[in-house]
Amino acid sequence: MDPRLVTALIVLIGVPAVLVGYIWGTEQVLKVFPERVKPRVRPWLWLLPAIAFLFIFLVYPTIGTIVRSFESKGNILGENTKFIGLDNYVWFFTDGRALSALKNNVLWLVFLTLFTVGLGLIIAVLVDRVRYESFAKSIIFLPLAISMVAASVIWKFMYDYDPNVGTLNAVAGIFGAGPVNWAQTSGFSLTTFMLIIVMTWMWTGFAMVIISAGLKGINTELLEAARVDGANEWQVFRGIIFPLLLPTIAVVATTIIITALKAFDIVYTMTNGNFDTEVVANLMYKEMFTNQNFGRAGALAVILLLAIIPIMAFNVRRFQAQEAIR
Amino acid sequence: MATVTFDHLTKRYSADVVAVNDLNLEVGDGEFLCLVGPSGCGKTTALRCVAGLEEISDGELRIGERVVNDVPPKDRDIAMVFQSYALYPHMSVFDNLAFGLKLRKTPKDDIKRRVDEAAAILGLQKLLDRKPKALSGGQRQRVALGRAIVREPAVFLMDEPLSNLDAKLRVQTRAEIARLHQRLGTTTIYVTHDQVEAMTMGDRIAVMRDGLLQQAGTPQDLYDDPANVFVAGFIGSPAMNFATTRTEGEHLMLGESRLELTGAAAKAASERPRGSNLLIGFRPEHLELANGQGADAVRIPAKIDVVEFLGNEELIHAQSEGHEVVALVPSDRKVSVGESVEFAIPVDKLHLFDPESEKSLAQ
Repeated sequence: MDPRLVTALIVLIGVPAVLVGYIWGTEQVLKVFPERVKPRVRPWLWLLPAIAFLFIFLVYPTIGTIVRSFESKGNILGENTKFIGLDNYVWFFTDGRALSALKNNVLWLVFLTLFTVGLGLIIAVLVDRVRYESFAKSIIFLPLAISMVAASVIWKFMYDYDPNVGTLNAVAGIFGAGPVNWAQTSGFSLTTFMLIIVMTWMWTGFAMVIISAGLKGINTELLEAARVDGANEWQVFRGIIFPLLLPTIAVVATTIIITALKAFDIVYTMTNGNFDTEVVANLMYKEMFTNQNFGRAGALAVILLLAIIPIMAFNVRRFQAQEAIR
Repeated sequence: MATVTFDHLTKRYSADVVAVNDLNLEVGDGEFLCLVGPSGCGKTTALRCVAGLEEISDGELRIGERVVNDVPPKDRDIAMVFQSYALYPHMSVFDNLAFGLKLRKTPKDDIKRRVDEAAAILGLQKLLDRKPKALSGGQRQRVALGRAIVREPAVFLMDEPLSNLDAKLRVQTRAEIARLHQRLGTTTIYVTHDQVEAMTMGDRIAVMRDGLLQQAGTPQDLYDDPANVFVAGFIGSPAMNFATTRTEGEHLMLGESRLELTGAAAKAASERPRGSNLLIGFRPEHLELANGQGADAVRIPAKIDVVEFLGNEELIHAQSEGHEVVALVPSDRKVSVGESVEFAIPVDKLHLFDPESEKSLAQ
């Protein structure tokens, strides 16, 4: 028999059989308990597999990472490590390369959020007033569907030094400006900003779609009331639309902030951290897979995790607040 | 203070969707005009044209002497109360009231004084710090009113402001708005689909249907002399009875029964060709159970279907020559279902309509 057929049969029959078997098994186990306690025990038995998976694949690795972050570099297999306390963390806050990665991550966080939310808001408000709205929105949303690596390739062409290849330098050439090495300039963090622009190009559509949905949720009578009350279009936006959109904007901003903290793909494929574009996630990758320094990589992972926790907490609380209103 | 003039005002959404068709109407200074009609009749669109929220396709709109067709809402010196109230949810009641004043750069002390005044008139003093979410429907409604009066505009526009309130609160607020109008004397255009609201509140009523103005006049005018079948059926509750009759000289035949007319009605009937159809209308409250009435009463035989006891009055549903007739009579004379009776209508309370044009034959 074709081994693929055997696999399919196992999946088709085996998986449901295991599920039914598990439920039957839990009922057998439940017989041990008195009738009164059964309803309280049953949900936990049913949740057990999920909780087990959560522990094996999420909690255990997290603890492992935290433990590793206190250890020194071992041999090529990651053996013979020593407990070195907070040394890896001290390294992060003293090493020039690590501090530059931290600085760049802050740049990413501030400017990616500012650009995407700002542009998303402006575009959402503007397209709301035109007839070909869905077409315009589709075009702007499209880049989000492109893989980060593909986006990097596209923008490498855009930024190319040779005006015959690089679109930006070709345009600069029209105005008589010399070619600029967009993707390979350390000064003024120019290249970091260029990478942030790539990500902005990808994520503006996301911000726009969410904000646009929020915009549709605002009762148009409110805007009309404001106009009758004496507001011009800018005052309607400042006084009514913007405050009512703030919860939506907060959700978008936190999502983008988390994206900025996790920035990796674009940096890895376009510069690999050269030209003063290093970010924490890329540094972690290098420590892990190039230097085999699991301790430092672990420390970097923990730092990223700690940075994201407050934002997640904020998001969860917002979500709960919104649920409470419902 | 100002008048509002609709001068051949037309609002077209597309070539064949005409929401308001050649509306001519003048709202006097300080007048309370009710714009009434079934949903989709164009009354709200007409109001939104006054507010500047809809572009006017044709004709002119004047507030006072000024043509305002192209004036943005904020410069029209109007205030509007919306059906949904449209309170700003992120602002306190105070800020909701003060929003328009702040936009006009009114001095702070002035804003405070005027908001406090409006709040006192509407009994909102204790609610000024609350957000709209923490208010009841009636309170929100009053805040919406307050937001309008605090600006001291030349014209108030109200778009079905009572439709979201429960029946009791509606009656209460109706009186409150009427009192407010007496006190402020501001020109008001009030849109409603409820003819009772229109009758009780309006100095004048304008009835609209399918974008066309049917009739404008005082509540009494509309009740006594409806211009056509639509107005006759729309104004008054319970609604007017209608029946098709044939002319016979100066009298009418309702099926096999002969209706003896006198006076103006007889003259109007005699002017029609013999045997032609004529639509008659009579209000339930003008029907009496006949017991030897005077000569100037028209008699209609009927068989009683249902009697609804309302306390001091009864609503009688009866059949007369294939027409349903509703009568509102004092409940002192007991009648029973299945009984044959004769209703009498004073002849001057009988309305005659042309069955083709549905226009009144009075005058």
